[in-house]
Amino acid sequence: MEFSREELLICAVARMLDGCRNIAVGTASPIPGSAALLMQALTNGHARASILGSNVHNPFNDAGPELFDRAGQGRVDAFFLGGGQIDGEGNINLVGTGPYPNSDTRFPGSFGSGYLYFSVPRVILFREEHSRRVFVDKVDFISAPGWSPPDVHRPGGPYALITSLCVFIYDRDNHRFRLSGLLPGATLEEVRDNTGFDFDCPDGIGDIPPPEADRLELIRTRIAGEIAETYPEFARDRLGWQG
Amino acid sequence: MDAPEIYLSADEIASRIPDGALIGVPKEDGGAAMEVTRALIRRKAKGLRLFTVPVSSIQADMLIGAGCVDEIETSGVSMGEFGFACRFRAAVQEGTIKIKDATCPALYAELQASEKGVPFMPLRGILGSDIHANRDDWMTIDNPLADSGDPIVLLPAVKPDVALFHARYGDRYGNVWVGARRECVLLAHASASTLVTVEEIWDGNLMDDDRMLAGTIPPIYVDTVAHAPQGAWPLSLNGAYERDGVHLREYAGAAKTDDGFAAYLDQHVFGKQAAA
Repeated sequence: MEFSREELLICAVARMLDGCRNIAVGTASPIPGSAALLMQALTNGHARASILGSNVHNPFNDAGPELFDRAGQGRVDAFFLGGGQIDGEGNINLVGTGPYPNSDTRFPGSFGSGYLYFSVPRVILFREEHSRRVFVDKVDFISAPGWSPPDVHRPGGPYALITSLCVFIYDRDNHRFRLSGLLPGATLEEVRDNTGFDFDCPDGIGDIPPPEADRLELIRTRIAGEIAETYPEFARDRLGWQG
Repeated sequence: MDAPEIYLSADEIASRIPDGALIGVPKEDGGAAMEVTRALIRRKAKGLRLFTVPVSSIQADMLIGAGCVDEIETSGVSMGEFGFACRFRAAVQEGTIKIKDATCPALYAELQASEKGVPFMPLRGILGSDIHANRDDWMTIDNPLADSGDPIVLLPAVKPDVALFHARYGDRYGNVWVGARRECVLLAHASASTLVTVEEIWDGNLMDDDRMLAGTIPPIYVDTVAHAPQGAWPLSLNGAYERDGVHLREYAGAAKTDDGFAAYLDQHVFGKQAAA
């Protein structure tokens, strides 16, 4: 069966959300948003997606601290973060490169990462640009650390890292990423060449599983329509939405 | 309905914000008082200190680019899908403004402490980040209610001199209605004064209608109101209009260079009083 890269990634993210009840999605995240809506559809709403920017798929009516308060209570199971830089220990940098505060290249800022990375059990890092510019040995600024000493209250942290080349799973005991699968067309050499940090790699690494047929059908019908409310261009260009 | 006599103009509101004031502003879809923002630039405000709740876009970028800002406390300034906030970026890179980097719930917590009149608010997370390492005003203690250990960050109360936002309705009694925009309620409660522009005049008393009451900020918190139709343009106002994406894209492009930004101000800020 033919499928697009976006459809493959939606299914890859959805598998990581298995068992989550409350899935929150932040800005500029059409693929995570589609995956969250897919899980909501597959579980008849037992899994609840909250899509920032959506007027329909958003259970909050506060527009302020509510998401963070719920996360602090342990009532947000999964969230997505990116990073201008991400390093091998899972530290993320959303602030800038070079010195601080007068960065060489200033990024927008840390947003909710310095809190949600601690409080949400499954934080999935999503960063499509797979380059040594992004995946560095050590970030220049820690917006949120990948791990904390044992005396720090920390139910949350990184769970996986998804890029345009591959999927890594985060090993919380050793504070390292482990390669889990390749995207079609990508090679292990390509991943190594474009990753600035050391990672674990089991033998015989293969492609990530293709989309499940029933999920693919659901993405192209119901989910395309649902995500179009927040991301119409994405739904039209990437999922074939005809609305 | 005509604006009540007690109402001021957006420019009069801008004239009541003194140079050097600490100004709390909501995020871009929370009712940003853009007409007053343009008026602040027209009156050549100086030394403003911005406190974004918790992030900002064109509002902070314009004020910074126009030289009105000395300092900003924020969790992020970005034009979102239209790219980087280039005036913010240039000012931080070149060190022409002071930046106090935060994370979203920390900014809420600092206002919540002020709202409650307590000196600080504890917050989980943050520990071990360079956000924390660069904030001399944030401190860590061991949870005094635990048997041992359990470090937690304390954030000082922040009381803005001015809360500034644009709301959907105002009435002749000085009430303003923000609906579900609870960050504007928090900002009004926490600040020393609150200056508001409103999109429409509500015929009647917002406090008399149970359906409006919960989303209303009463005049015990509101100092001054101005009637400013399209007052959030080019940003959105919930329930009234969407953001002007074409204009925001034009701005993001113009703001990439000093000349482009200056030309934008000439056309859209100094060239005419009204927004659209």
